[in-house]
Amino acid sequence: MKKALFLALTATVGLSLAACGEYSQIPNYKQGNYQGKSDTRPWEGEKFAGNKQAWENALRARNQGQTEYNRIK
Amino acid sequence: MARMKFLCDTERCIECNGCVTACKNENETPWGVNRRRVVTVNDGVPGEKSVSVACMHCSDAPCMAVCPTDCFYKTEEGVVLHNKDACIGCGYCFFACPFGAPQFPNGPAAFGVRGKMDKCTFCAGGPEENNSKAEFEKYGRNRLAEGKLPLCAEMCSTKALLAGDAPVISDIYRERVMRRGKAGEAWGWNTAYGKPEQAQERTQERAREQHREGAK
Repeated sequence: MKKALFLALTATVGLSLAACGEYSQIPNYKQGNYQGKSDTRPWEGEKFAGNKQAWENALRARNQGQTEYNRIK
Repeated sequence: MARMKFLCDTERCIECNGCVTACKNENETPWGVNRRRVVTVNDGVPGEKSVSVACMHCSDAPCMAVCPTDCFYKTEEGVVLHNKDACIGCGYCFFACPFGAPQFPNGPAAFGVRGKMDKCTFCAGGPEENNSKAEFEKYGRNRLAEGKLPLCAEMCSTKALLAGDAPVISDIYRERVMRRGKAGEAWGWNTAYGKPEQAQERTQERAREQHREGAK
């Protein structure tokens, strides 16, 4: 009798507490940040020695070299 | 300086694989790693189209979003680079990338033995000293620091592959389209650089056009 009562009580407690531990299933994404070492900028190398303008001019010339219409203008 | 982008003109690409060879040679990538490859749609059928694919250096790069070690970073010029020292070779970036850009030296091996991820760096090296031996060995040549553009684009025989400032290469492409009177699609441009809302607008516009044509 005592055993049956104990079992019934345990089942009742178990059932009444069911779903109490439920929490939101939608994960909260966090924006990560780069963790590694910093990179030097392209114009900070040996060739341009920090002269950003010269670097931009060099790239601009290379960019324009990609259009063959410049040659026939 | 604006953002560095790639643009492949599918009307011009002749599938010569010059870009693939140029990239492999310039960066001395290991066996099995191809940072760039040429994909042909409807191969052998008249009207086939080829496109040269590598990392598109996306404006909102999915690889950066999924990396568990946050080893990716974006330079001021819009080039997406990564730090190999922090890479654990998990392969998440490979699954996230819409262009299949991330490559692994040990191929499709089990987790942890794929090796450090390798991808196109827009010939901009990585987070080591510019043009140093360490940088070359890990990431390949740093042509950008030499005032040069990626070799794949500069070597392209038909100039199908363009690289450089987005507004400049867009102008070059626009001029071509005006002269030849035929566009073709600037492949991957919208996926890599467009916004999701823009893509939705385009789909709706296309549906409206089809509807209009159907009504005629």
